[in-house]
Amino acid sequence: MRFDLLFGAIAFCAVAGVPFFIPWATVMLTIALGVGLAVLGVVVLLRAGQISFGHGLYYAAGAYTVAFLVQARLGLDTLLLLPAGALVATVIAVAFGFFAVRYRDIFFAMINLAVSMVAFSLLEKLYSITGGGDGLNVARPTLAGLKLGRVSFEFWMFYTTLAIVVVVALVVGRYLASPLGKGLEAIKSNETRLEYLGVSSARILHIAYGVSACLAGLGGGVIAIVTGHVAPEFAYWVRSGEFVFIAILGGAGNVVGAFAGSIVYEIVRNYAAAFAADYWQTILGVSLIAIIMFAPQGLTQMRFGKKRGGA
Amino acid sequence: MRQIVLKAENLRLRFGGVVAADGASLTAHAGERIAIIGPNGAGKTTFVNICTGYLKPQSGAVIFEGKDITQLAPRTIARGGIGRSFQLPQLFLDNTVFENLLLALSAREGTWRPWMRLDRHPKADEMRDMLEVIGLSSVGDRPVRELPEGMRKLIDIALALALKPRLVFMDEPTSGVSSREKFSIMDTLVRALDHSATTAIFVEHDMDVVSRYADRVAVWTGGKIALEGTPEHVLNDPDVRKNVIGV
Amino acid sequence: MSLDIILLAMLDGLSYGAQVFLVAVGLSLIFGVLRIVNVAHGSFYAIGAYVAASLGIWIATAGWSPWLSYPAMLVAAILVGVIVGGLLEATLLRRIYGKEQVLQLLVTFAVFMILEDVQKVTWGVKPYFVNTPLSLLGTVNVLGINYSVYQLAVIPLVALCVLLGLRFILRYTRIGRIVTAVTEDREASMAMGVDSSRVYLFTFMAGAGLGQIEGAAVAALMIGLGRSIAVYLAPEFDVLMPYLIMFVVLLFKPQGLFSTLQTRKV
Repeated sequence: MRFDLLFGAIAFCAVAGVPFFIPWATVMLTIALGVGLAVLGVVVLLRAGQISFGHGLYYAAGAYTVAFLVQARLGLDTLLLLPAGALVATVIAVAFGFFAVRYRDIFFAMINLAVSMVAFSLLEKLYSITGGGDGLNVARPTLAGLKLGRVSFEFWMFYTTLAIVVVVALVVGRYLASPLGKGLEAIKSNETRLEYLGVSSARILHIAYGVSACLAGLGGGVIAIVTGHVAPEFAYWVRSGEFVFIAILGGAGNVVGAFAGSIVYEIVRNYAAAFAADYWQTILGVSLIAIIMFAPQGLTQMRFGKKRGGA
Repeated sequence: MRQIVLKAENLRLRFGGVVAADGASLTAHAGERIAIIGPNGAGKTTFVNICTGYLKPQSGAVIFEGKDITQLAPRTIARGGIGRSFQLPQLFLDNTVFENLLLALSAREGTWRPWMRLDRHPKADEMRDMLEVIGLSSVGDRPVRELPEGMRKLIDIALALALKPRLVFMDEPTSGVSSREKFSIMDTLVRALDHSATTAIFVEHDMDVVSRYADRVAVWTGGKIALEGTPEHVLNDPDVRKNVIGV
Repeated sequence: MSLDIILLAMLDGLSYGAQVFLVAVGLSLIFGVLRIVNVAHGSFYAIGAYVAASLGIWIATAGWSPWLSYPAMLVAAILVGVIVGGLLEATLLRRIYGKEQVLQLLVTFAVFMILEDVQKVTWGVKPYFVNTPLSLLGTVNVLGINYSVYQLAVIPLVALCVLLGLRFILRYTRIGRIVTAVTEDREASMAMGVDSSRVYLFTFMAGAGLGQIEGAAVAALMIGLGRSIAVYLAPEFDVLMPYLIMFVVLLFKPQGLFSTLQTRKV
């Protein structure tokens, strides 16, 4: 936790300075932070040893909610759109969670995949509502009541996202240190004992599932607003796999790692797409295997040595 | 006669061709310490599994404090006041010893507050005392994964007792513990049980432990309690001496 | 819904289901024996198709008999199985058998990403059209609709042969029984001196086998039929159908498709 705070503080300062020193990277970084929110959602479930190959569903739920609300021309502000997206994702997750939390491991991964792919197909096929495969455009909303031009919107949207990320990281960090968060680790290591303590592991996982979807929805909303576009691919299983990938890259079960991982990922992706378009998936694949084999704690833990402190 | 805490009646369970329980019955009274002995592989753990809801018998009933708990889930039974420790310790290996106990505490108190740090639990001191009692204060901050089997065994029992159960099942509390330590562990354990007036049923292989700590001994053979009585009586029974103790 | 449409949907479903089965049975065997969900399995499928197409085109340009394209497809399947599957098992999967299930899944996800690039670099992104195997056998007319014999008869027949062949191998041959034993109880079979790592290699190269081949067959048929019915009734939802079926199956019979649920021994 101490390392997390220290590392987080350093990372925060570095990231916060970007719009001043490397202005062209502002949008890229905002996207990375938005994706990081979804990755953090995956990280929460990883604490319980569960991976979802369908979190794209909640990411898309957040993004499409924002898109629909903007298209409805209600004049909603960014600061209202984002919570709305997160809320819709959470509601869907809590409802579906009644089924999902009965499954573990491969089955958990697969039932999530199945549902997200159903959503993907619907988003693609219900052309009149969702815009089909082309997706929907999201016109630039106001930010804190202000109508901003593109550049200043991008500038302030970055800081808004950064503020959200900091608050979310602190709240999630606290949650993970609480009995509910520690209960997730207990689910990973021994559900039998949890049952014999009189605890419903399904309920603990259900809460985590809701939290995790809320984060994914929030992330999806940020992406919808920043990129001005949503598409069915948001719910596609490869996108969900990407979230899991980044979570492992950043250090499974690590709050700061989720964001560090997604920033690294976004940078690599941008450069790889430009310089090695044919090989960039190979680069990702090889690094994923390398991390799993040689550095299972992920990027953020590597520099602080192998042992994780008990505190 | 003291109040009846647990009454297992005529439990039967077979898996395929194997008869695990064949009309097993046992009654435990408040404050009693009952040892279950019997040959290896005879299904003593199955009996504990049935009484704690892990397995459902095909017929028979388990009555706890006058309530039928036969069909209840382990979780419900645990909440109802029955604790259990395992032959192979069942612990949260990635968590520290202290966190293991605090999770048990949260389970008992129902304190699942997302804004409260687990290690700042208002009753954390109670668990610190418990660590003190079982002599594990010095390793409280170590992940359980790093600890030897003997310590895990103690933590496993401590988790069961942290729930403050009125009845506790212990599956071979002294297996995996060195013979030098077993009496000190049992002394500690029995003191804790007496202090909280907890009824205990424990499966045990070590006859020294049985004769020293049990009020009553039940012999499990052929899927039922074939004989029960005081330790002197049972342990001197010629059949038991031949088939169970092996002398 | 008239009777004709039902019949047509069934035929379509059968053909499509047979295709799905041919892919799924491999996945099922790998899961049964190795306990790994091979996310890269679709890549095996794609690479097999590309190799077969390349061989077909090569045969055509060399001016050989087009009938050779059938053995060429078989060769493609074996090549992909032995080279891609074998290499993968020997170099990568062997090192992760002890790891968490979740990580194993991710490793095959990584392999999927890599193989996708390999595919793109080797064959490009433009589709290949090889219709020799299809056109050679001609078509049959069912209720006024022309079906290619290949789709209607050959694929289901091959699927049936694979199903029966695998059943035979698993039940009556030595290697098959060893595979079954490993599936059912890994520890016990290792204790009996079965070299399980060799079994794994065999399994992976065969790329297919047990798990529950019947389960895979039923599921594939369900998906095939479900999808073709959707094509006739609500064409916009055909893509949705397989996932919906997957969801429903997982919901009601999670252990039915794969293995029994694990319970911890206490």
